[in-house]
Amino acid sequence: MQAFTTLKGIVAPMDRSNVDTDAIIPKQFLKSIKRSGFGPNLFDEWRYLDHGEPGMDNSQRQLNPDFVLNQARYQGASILVARKNFGCGSSREHAPWALEDYGFRAIIAPSFADIFFNNCFKNGILPIVLDETVVEEIFQAVFAHEGYELEIDLQAQTITRPVGSNIGFEVDSFRKYCLLNGLDDIGLTLQKVDDIRAYESRRKVEAPWLFGA
Amino acid sequence: MAARTLYDKLWDSHIVKTEEDGTSLLYIDRHLVHEVTSPQAFEGLRLAGRKLWRVESVLATPDHNVPTTDRSQGISDPISRLQVETLDQNCLDFAITEFGMDDQRQGIVHVISPEQGATLPGMTLVCGDSHTSTHGAFGALAFGIGTSEVEHVLATQCLIQKKSKNMQIRVEGRAPAGVTAKDIILAIIGEIGTAGGTGYAVEFAGSAIQSLSMEGRMSVCNMAIEAGARAGMVAVDDITIDYIKGRPYAPSEDQWPQAVLAWRDLVSDEGAFFDKVVNLDASQIQPQVTWGTSPEMVVSINDRVPDPAEESDAVKAEGMQAALDYMGLTAGTPMSKIKVDKVFIGSCTNSRIEDLRAAALIAKGQKVAANVKQALVVPGSGLVKAQAEAEGLHEIFIEAGFEWREPGCSMCLAMNADRLEPGERCASTSNRNFQGRQGQGGRTHLVSPAMAAAAAIHGHFTQV
Ligand code: SF4
Repeated sequence: MQAFTTLKGIVAPMDRSNVDTDAIIPKQFLKSIKRSGFGPNLFDEWRYLDHGEPGMDNSQRQLNPDFVLNQARYQGASILVARKNFGCGSSREHAPWALEDYGFRAIIAPSFADIFFNNCFKNGILPIVLDETVVEEIFQAVFAHEGYELEIDLQAQTITRPVGSNIGFEVDSFRKYCLLNGLDDIGLTLQKVDDIRAYESRRKVEAPWLFGA
Repeated sequence: MAARTLYDKLWDSHIVKTEEDGTSLLYIDRHLVHEVTSPQAFEGLRLAGRKLWRVESVLATPDHNVPTTDRSQGISDPISRLQVETLDQNCLDFAITEFGMDDQRQGIVHVISPEQGATLPGMTLVCGDSHTSTHGAFGALAFGIGTSEVEHVLATQCLIQKKSKNMQIRVEGRAPAGVTAKDIILAIIGEIGTAGGTGYAVEFAGSAIQSLSMEGRMSVCNMAIEAGARAGMVAVDDITIDYIKGRPYAPSEDQWPQAVLAWRDLVSDEGAFFDKVVNLDASQIQPQVTWGTSPEMVVSINDRVPDPAEESDAVKAEGMQAALDYMGLTAGTPMSKIKVDKVFIGSCTNSRIEDLRAAALIAKGQKVAANVKQALVVPGSGLVKAQAEAEGLHEIFIEAGFEWREPGCSMCLAMNADRLEPGERCASTSNRNFQGRQGQGGRTHLVSPAMAAAAAIHGHFTQV
């Protein structure tokens, strides 16, 4: 996993609530057995005018000029600011894979769906929950200033704005540690082999039927 | 010991280790695997040279991509075929039990595991699928995980988790005739919203929930995720225990008494603390139909399509208007006047034997309306299909003009050939009405099996 320390980048706005994982990456792209290459199909149904299928040459497709990420001012954005309940719906990790592949490394919203939130951390994306009024301020600033950038410092847990005071944010300490160091948590868990074995021996006595065939 | 909720008990009994910051290593008893969210996990294991921790805990089946027509033809879409073959190969390589496409036990993961007795009270159960919440109906802690976590569980039998808050949703009283488990959960989502359960583990309780069959409880827990809760659950009682007895993966006869004794404790203690309690009166619930593009956009069959102009919150009103535009609906239209083009009876929410019986009861001796282009019945598993056929339900459906299909996810998310065309309107017993969910431009109305069957017969929604 790619480590996340600091990030300075253009902010793109996703001005609707309940953006679901079907919208982030439509199901036809879930047929891939790979982990990469989902970026061109991020928000596929909103982004293109035609219907996308896996294997298409996306560079030949007609872009929807009204879709926010197609606007010139948001090209190269690496931070997405969104509304409530972002990432609701399915558990598909293809959603953060697509966001990351497209170039987003941080998402700011008043709330996230639980599974999506969790999946972000596993893929080097920092999801940041901020108060609704603060998120609104960011939206307004993004609309008002072309090329609006924020600078995120994970270690310090702060977001620096071009104008206005810094914004602090919360992040779980374990997740922060993994993200800062780009750590694969399977490796970390496997350091606790003895604890897992001890649990299993205890449990085999308490609930032996769970260890049948 | 202090009074604990069902969730507290399930959580406590699975902690391997808790770190200072409150994250815990949670032991996982059962892991269900399907073709869509697992290939990258197996690839990850191979790249790192890791083995499976406990192969007997894993049960696999292909469901999302499988065709629901003649299986002997195989899968025509090469990309879908590769995904299913990849699952077959991975199960072979790692010695995992798989109910393959030609096995009668194949079906939707969330249907087959309870059916096999592989979902048991007191378990922690995960799957790379958000509707894993279904299994909480058994007094289990069951939730969906992403692919990285699938890999983590395969390799370590554990997950790194933080405990959620406790919520109890109490539905008391008697639901009117025609009101099913599906209507109850839709009414709950209408009440608390699609993010109402975010951050919570939800226990469904109250007399209206206790009187539900296991099938009904599974329909309710299935859609806990649509209320934002990763896990939904129902306390164990006789209905739970009777359902499990004699199933292939149930505890052996000599372990049965000990298991039942332990399961009896899987209820929230008197006085246990819930961070949030929501109360609903079952007698006030009517058959539900969604009108928009989120499950919370739901009204009862006697209502009209809501008017965004009457919504005071501007952002919400805008969302409502966008949903109406997508759905091709006009505010104020009576729900019962909305005509449908297609009907889908199936999905992990409503494809069990009871659901098919409820639909067949309505379809019996009737004909699918002329304006309905297609009405699909897709059983949740090969065993459900066989049971339905033994009861003659398939004949009722076929007589009436429904198509009787092979088991799988089918038009719930249209990853196989079953889908809506742009603009088509569907009465669906599935769980998500998101834009494009059942096919690009498709318009989904979530309903109960009885309502779906009635819509097929009448050509529009109607009181059931
Ligand atoms: S039936 Fe639908 S919701 Fe259930 S597992 Fe399949 S695709 Fe997901």
